[in-house]
Amino acid sequence: MNTSVAESAATSGGAPVSDSGMRDLRLLQIIKKQRIQDFIFHKITLSFSLIVLVSLVGILISLAIVAWPALHKFGVGFIWRVEWDIINEEFGAAIAIFGTIASATIAILIAMPLSFGIALFLTETCPAWLRRPLGTAIELLAAVPSIIYGMFGLFVFAPLFAQYGQPALQSTLGQMPIIGPLFGGATNGIGILAAGLILAFMILPFIAAVMRDVFEIVPSILRESAYGVGCTTWEVVRYIVLPYTQQGVIGGVMLGLGRALGETMAVTFVIGNSQRISASLFSPGTSIASTLANEFGEADDFHLSTLFALGLLLFVITFVVLACAKILIIRTERAKGLKT
Amino acid sequence: MNENLYRRRLLTNRIGIALSMLAMTLGLFVLLWILFILFKNGFQALDWNMFFNSTPAPGSEGGGLANAIVGSLMMVGFTTLVSTPIGILAGIYLAEFGDTSKTAEITRFMTDIMLSAPSIVLGLFVYAILVAQVKHFSGWAGTVALSLIAIPVVLRTTENMLRLVPGSLREAAFALGAPRWKVTTQVTLRAAKSGVITGVLLALARISGETAPLLFTALNNQFFSLNMNGPMSNLPVVIFQFAMSPYDNWVRLAWGGALLITLTVLVLNILARVFFREKISA
Repeated sequence: MNTSVAESAATSGGAPVSDSGMRDLRLLQIIKKQRIQDFIFHKITLSFSLIVLVSLVGILISLAIVAWPALHKFGVGFIWRVEWDIINEEFGAAIAIFGTIASATIAILIAMPLSFGIALFLTETCPAWLRRPLGTAIELLAAVPSIIYGMFGLFVFAPLFAQYGQPALQSTLGQMPIIGPLFGGATNGIGILAAGLILAFMILPFIAAVMRDVFEIVPSILRESAYGVGCTTWEVVRYIVLPYTQQGVIGGVMLGLGRALGETMAVTFVIGNSQRISASLFSPGTSIASTLANEFGEADDFHLSTLFALGLLLFVITFVVLACAKILIIRTERAKGLKT
Repeated sequence: MNENLYRRRLLTNRIGIALSMLAMTLGLFVLLWILFILFKNGFQALDWNMFFNSTPAPGSEGGGLANAIVGSLMMVGFTTLVSTPIGILAGIYLAEFGDTSKTAEITRFMTDIMLSAPSIVLGLFVYAILVAQVKHFSGWAGTVALSLIAIPVVLRTTENMLRLVPGSLREAAFALGAPRWKVTTQVTLRAAKSGVITGVLLALARISGETAPLLFTALNNQFFSLNMNGPMSNLPVVIFQFAMSPYDNWVRLAWGGALLITLTVLVLNILARVFFREKISA
């Protein structure tokens, strides 16, 4: 609109009067052509963004279609049924859901304080010349493919954990009254706790990076006023930075949680892959993603449909977590926009 | 009294700072430990045979990863060809036309979800719509699954980079009478070029190590194959199968493959950083 007006004004102003009619006509044609081109360009880019949109909805629908036989047979009860009998085709998702949530919870509990510490260090106490290389190192940790974490967990971490970590936990926390049973049983290195630990270090860099970014948006005037009235670094972070960035921090943690819930490779290597629930965190279990990775190859029709139902559940769980995270982060950024 | 309070505050501060340094050291330690293990085991496995021989049969000696390397390169290559134009064009829509439209807002939200959606579910999806329909695993299915992962990365980086281009640049072009599509493709996109390349590189880095979706789509192939229409060997799945296997030479190859993948990913990430830094300084 603006374009065409500007153009016709610019050209017709300098044109001789005699053939201005002809020129106007040609100009009109050019403008018309450009309008059409713009229209097409707009629609092309729109259609590509629609492709992205449609594919997401398509994922949900196609998963639901293939999962339908299983969902139809077991109903909503599928979610809390504790059974996984491939031969008799009796399936329930409870074991896999338990493993998924247990390992992700352990991961979050460990990764959250650690990444808070890292973000605090990077934004407050780190010498300026170290900030960049250390930040980059943490980001590179986020780029390492998850299968590497899995191999590291299986070949290096699990043996060490079985030899030193688990006996140590058993002789200390394992003796406590209520949480004792959590650390009982055989110490063979792999299991839900090991999976949680490996996951923790996998999601650590994601959460730390988000936290660092939101810590950096705190206006320096707030920070400096706090230092000005004599606050210590810890008090500034605890009472100024953290409340200011609260939602963003929670959003970052939930992003990490979303990743931990859906992670396949890092978990499959160390969780032990057995379809049972046990009181001990040392015992092998399974998660939704690792069940899929392990059983997909030899699954036939109905079993396959059950696996799709599991996948659909996983998708819904992570979708909810990620959507919450997104909304929280967006809100923080809006608040920032209003206040600065 | 006051003295006590002061001391307590100082102590809390020291403990807090010390713990944060401890967290940082732990994070760095784990990174270095993982890299150390990877390099130690990886370089032991690395030799020329790995690049020229195909994956060994169960129980047989020697062998390499040639088929997996070629398969991975082909799938990642085709994925780049597919996802770059889609991601960039959709990104243009969001950045240039998407301020007011509801579609853009929903697309943006969905893309963010897809960015961190479990990749294994994307694999299931492609299995359902492609593999189950044609009744066999194929390299193309793997490409589609990887594209679904790569597109959101390219899309979001493109959008963010286009938004960094100053509005005055666009207005100057409009004032010269350029139509919208010319302004976008020849002014804005050009100004954001290095940023967009960064996005493509990051997407490449992301998909090079992706394993889970390939399990259901490309599967694996023990033999050397250039046929994208059949099951295709690829590094991540080979690593997964070999690392879990009881054969020593398989595990050795898995470490070699893991080293190759990690090096690729790290190099791509560093390249992306270099590109982006050039843009900032320019």
